[in-house]
Amino acid sequence: MIKVKRFLIGLMRALILIGVGYTILSPIIGMIVSSIASTEDIYNPMMFLLPKHPTMEKYALVIERMDYYKTILKDLIYVATLTAIQVLVCSMVGYGFARFQFPFKKLLFGCVVLMITIPMHTIMLPIYVTFKSFDPFGIVTAIKGSPGIMGTVVPMYLMTILGCGVRSGLYIYIFNQFFRGLPKEIEEAALVDGAGTWYTYFRIMLVNAKPAVITVAVFSLVWQFNDTFYSKLFLVSEDVVISKKVSSLASVLANQDKILNVTIQQQYTNAGILLVILPVLVLYLILQKRFIEGVERSGIVG
Amino acid sequence: MKEKRKLTLTQKRGLKGYLFILPWFIGFAIFYVRSLIMTVEFSFAKLTVSPGAGGYSLEGKGLENYLYAFRAHGSFKQTLTSSVGNMLIDVPLILFFSLFMALLLNQKFRGRGIVRAIFFLPVILNSDALKAAISLSEAMMNGGIATQAAEVSGAASSVLAFDLDYLINMFVNFGLPVKVLSYVTAAVGRINDIISASGVQIIIFIAALQSIPSSMYEVARIEGATAYETFWKVTLPLVMPHVITNMVYTIVDHFSRSDVVELAYSTAFTEFNYGLSAVFSIISTVVTLLILALLVRAIQKNTFYYN
Repeated sequence: MIKVKRFLIGLMRALILIGVGYTILSPIIGMIVSSIASTEDIYNPMMFLLPKHPTMEKYALVIERMDYYKTILKDLIYVATLTAIQVLVCSMVGYGFARFQFPFKKLLFGCVVLMITIPMHTIMLPIYVTFKSFDPFGIVTAIKGSPGIMGTVVPMYLMTILGCGVRSGLYIYIFNQFFRGLPKEIEEAALVDGAGTWYTYFRIMLVNAKPAVITVAVFSLVWQFNDTFYSKLFLVSEDVVISKKVSSLASVLANQDKILNVTIQQQYTNAGILLVILPVLVLYLILQKRFIEGVERSGIVG
Repeated sequence: MKEKRKLTLTQKRGLKGYLFILPWFIGFAIFYVRSLIMTVEFSFAKLTVSPGAGGYSLEGKGLENYLYAFRAHGSFKQTLTSSVGNMLIDVPLILFFSLFMALLLNQKFRGRGIVRAIFFLPVILNSDALKAAISLSEAMMNGGIATQAAEVSGAASSVLAFDLDYLINMFVNFGLPVKVLSYVTAAVGRINDIISASGVQIIIFIAALQSIPSSMYEVARIEGATAYETFWKVTLPLVMPHVITNMVYTIVDHFSRSDVVELAYSTAFTEFNYGLSAVFSIISTVVTLLILALLVRAIQKNTFYYN
């Protein structure tokens, strides 16, 4: 009796998980199939999931048109440097909130929470206007000849350095929770041994915060890579942000290669999307286990 | 005689604390406080961006933008209400779904690692640019890949497509109340959105479930509680604080992708009506924050804090 019951529960669970898993994977499967199907296959109503004449020619053209290797390299460098800054700045701020007592601490931490809840969209206009005429002490004019740093990557770096990058509030929160969970004795021991505050932070706390660092790094990498809001707002060049290139891929193909058929265009777009998500996917598969453990151990839970 | 002022050790540490949060504080002041003030300013004015080298001028218009948004604008009110409505429908669904999934994924079974990896994929693939394209290929998947081509070339739709209307009719004939039914069918129709919006929430709930001390479950078992009772009496109350965290995250996330934000964006950057866009942003943000505050309060009242 109990055996039957257990089997049935297991079956239910398997069914639900497979169903939901399929829903998650289906777009990816669909894109893979459509991107390797030949024109013949796409118009064959009997074709489902397994193309008869698989071909990689779509990828070849897309790689050429997107200037894939160069762009993705640039994008990855851009994202990786931003992630490094995010981890450094947010962990510092989180540590400051977790381990030091100073006046107005509660109020200031309330501001961090506010930062998480206020959507970027509310303040996009002032930020746009600010960077459009950005010229502190005439530095920008001296270098570029005219004020404003739109269309470059500088605004994104500036905001990230000042702890206001893509979802920085959340990262500060995660680090704060994690540092608060670490035993105070570690720092006391360091202090007794003669380590200064900064030494303690860099050489002891940051090393101990590995799960939180991995969590934030993965989140930051992925969200920065996927971000289109900021790159649209700051008019960052297509050559740096590859996800922007995908959205214009269809029109590029229509113009340059005279591919006007919507179905075929979609095949190329799918190939493009797959190429774009490939690095993130590989990274995720490598870091996946540590990432999930990290989330569970770091104090994202609050 | 002048006494030499010396900082105490606590004050010194406090200063160092300020030093640690300094970068964020500057950023917050420049990018958030200043911007919020500017947004409010914009909403009461007509903003003209001077061509060429940046700069802008403001021309006071009083409440005109607000009046225009509510009285004259063609789609603002509808967009706002439908965005809020969608949010109120989606948020409980996302919370229930992610809690349910977290419960399933927290159990021990073979292949759990792979399943978890799959379930967090939506977090990774959550990109606006990719979304439109993904939804297209989703449609293809739902109706078989061939359907897409067949539809484009004008042929009959595929038999592989899943017919939701058939199911709805069947249940209506059973005599189920239409209101309940429409909520359920809306939920089913949105299953893709809900799943793809639940990634982070599932992670948070799994972490929450693992933080429940196992002694609680032991006591429940010894007292003879069934699994059902254990869930309602032990698991849910202890997970409740994280429900709040998740709710806040879900609402903010949902809002930042809603149509009303899209409207504000297009008003600013395709119609160049910055003042009106500021009005849209302010009103929708205030509405969202109000809903957030009310919901958090309501839940917090019934929440038991373990620590």
